Amino acid sequence: MKLHEYQGKEILRQYGVATPPGVACFSVEDAVSAAEQLGSGLWVVKAQIHAGGRGKGGGVRLARSLDEVRQHAADILGMTLITHQTGPEGKIVKRLLIEEGADIEREFYVGLVVDRSAQRVVVMASSEGGTEIEEVAAKTPEKIHKALVDPVAGLTPEQAKALAQKIGLPDTVVDRATEFLLGLYQAYWDTDASLAEINPLILTTDNKVLALDAKLNFDDNALFRHPETKELRDLDEEDPNEIEASKYGLSYIALDGNIGCLVNGAGLAMATMDIIKLYGAEPANFLDVGGGATTEQVTEAFVIMLRNPNLKAILVNIFGGIMRCDVIADGLVNAAKEVHLSVPLVVRLEGTNVDRGREIIANSGIEITSATTMADAAEKVVAAAQGQE
Amino acid sequence: MSILINKQSRVVTQGITGKTGEFHTKYCVEYAFGKACFVAGVTPGKGGQQVEGIPVYDTVEEAKNTTGANVSVIYVPPRFAAAAIDEAVEAGIEVVICITEGVPVKDMILTRHKMREQHTILVGPNCPGVITPDEIKIGIMPGYIHKKGPVGVISRSGTLTYEVVDQLTQLGLGQSTCIGIGGDPVNGVKHLDVMRMFNEDPETAGVVMVGEIGGTDEEECAAWVKQHMSKPVVGFIAGVTAPPGKRMGHAGAIISGGKGSAAEKIAAMEDAGILVTRNPADIGRLMKDTLR
Repeated sequence: MKLHEYQGKEILRQYGVATPPGVACFSVEDAVSAAEQLGSGLWVVKAQIHAGGRGKGGGVRLARSLDEVRQHAADILGMTLITHQTGPEGKIVKRLLIEEGADIEREFYVGLVVDRSAQRVVVMASSEGGTEIEEVAAKTPEKIHKALVDPVAGLTPEQAKALAQKIGLPDTVVDRATEFLLGLYQAYWDTDASLAEINPLILTTDNKVLALDAKLNFDDNALFRHPETKELRDLDEEDPNEIEASKYGLSYIALDGNIGCLVNGAGLAMATMDIIKLYGAEPANFLDVGGGATTEQVTEAFVIMLRNPNLKAILVNIFGGIMRCDVIADGLVNAAKEVHLSVPLVVRLEGTNVDRGREIIANSGIEITSATTMADAAEKVVAAAQGQE
Repeated sequence: MSILINKQSRVVTQGITGKTGEFHTKYCVEYAFGKACFVAGVTPGKGGQQVEGIPVYDTVEEAKNTTGANVSVIYVPPRFAAAAIDEAVEAGIEVVICITEGVPVKDMILTRHKMREQHTILVGPNCPGVITPDEIKIGIMPGYIHKKGPVGVISRSGTLTYEVVDQLTQLGLGQSTCIGIGGDPVNGVKHLDVMRMFNEDPETAGVVMVGEIGGTDEEECAAWVKQHMSKPVVGFIAGVTAPPGKRMGHAGAIISGGKGSAAEKIAAMEDAGILVTRNPADIGRLMKDTLR
């Protein structure tokens, strides 16, 4: 789960991580009164969407008067912001953060993630703030400093101080930066975060160490113990089809191609997408129906896939392990009847009672192409999709 | 021979009285030597009951002391799964197989930290389990698609593993042991650990390694294979078509920070002499040609 910048900063402040003073706003009027309340004479009007790259897309603007705050707020609220992370369709801005402007002396980077090899949280810091950290990692990896955290001891003041010094923060603010890093780590650990990124962390001309931006993601599997985090979820920022799919226990992700896939198991679902490409077409989605593949789930999966105007054919690939193929076939046929499929359907079943399952499909009275192997299925569905063009 | 488990293994099932635990225990007991192998169940507070004729105990320690169990399989709900692993480790169980999906990463970080000084081998969580065909099946995979033979199988996913095993069996190639290591970012054995075991197993003649996007496990395994592996390895990586930044079902299957793409993994594996196919329908045939 992801949060907006302003929500992330609210959490960080509770852990003593310093940020510029700011107020979240949902209207132009709110924005102006927030600016008035902050009263600094220099403000930043920031679009709140979950994607990065907002500044380059025109979603972050400096204001030197209340009139400018009004103007920028009016421009940004409701705009479709396109960044390298939103995709070409962009995101409509519905929330703003009005923040006091800061005089930046230098910019740094801090990020926390789980190091999968070390099986620990790693704190990464760099003198190269404000840029894409992937680029720094690729071009000048020596400029990224890391500290692996012992999960019982937590980030130690020594580790935090060493990081602050290595990235070149001046001695006068090292203590302040140490506090900042310790707070940031504690926030990450306590909230079951999966990513915390401060890019940039800034040193101001008056020697403050502040989080100018904040990105926090959370481990979905741990949300059960963080109801307060769960409440911050903004469904407007998520794909409505993905949300709907998740209600039925389906894991769905829209892609750019025209062949819909319905598969049980994430690994097999990816492999099915891959084999479609190998046979010359592109998958329209990732869809993992899980272990059960009930009529209700399959119906919902068909409904979601059929909403895609580009859809030319559907491939169902189910490896029925302990789940029997005849039960799955019944569910598939019922679902296909219920939704009135408008595109060709190719079904590949394998596993227990597969012959009985194929028989049910053959005798269903609806047009379904049966396939044996994954290769056979891919070939047939690609041909069917091309026949639709 | 085989790796990790065989017909001499004695298994305690943690969470045996739950719906999932009970359901899968039935199939495990029915498979090959299952009746002799599955000797105990554990559910706190339900000691004294029986499931499928298997006695239930309150703690793993009690189950181990009474029945001699040396392997545990875990089906308990995600929020209790890490504690169940801890309990098995503390009781001195040799191999712990955690099937449970959805365990918080933080719980696993702490559990792995506690396991540092221990000898227990963990498989999973979020995995289908381990099977040594014609001997013992521990987990949720369909037993009947397997056949005894010379191919070791390592995979991060469930149904994709069944697909591979099915291809091998259809081609007449049996398996020594098949291991689902799971799709979570922080877990027990990795490709590399299992590859080492297969290299040392005299009954394994070749290994199929199935990976997916996310992390660098496959790359680390490939580096080891390049230096040390004495047997042929066939590989497949799922997720060539997966977009960066999107989690593809498994918590660990995500290309992030420019790391973990299928292209990188395939390049590392090919560099190590692993025969990689882009076609998931062709994995069995490639292994067959290799062993010929």
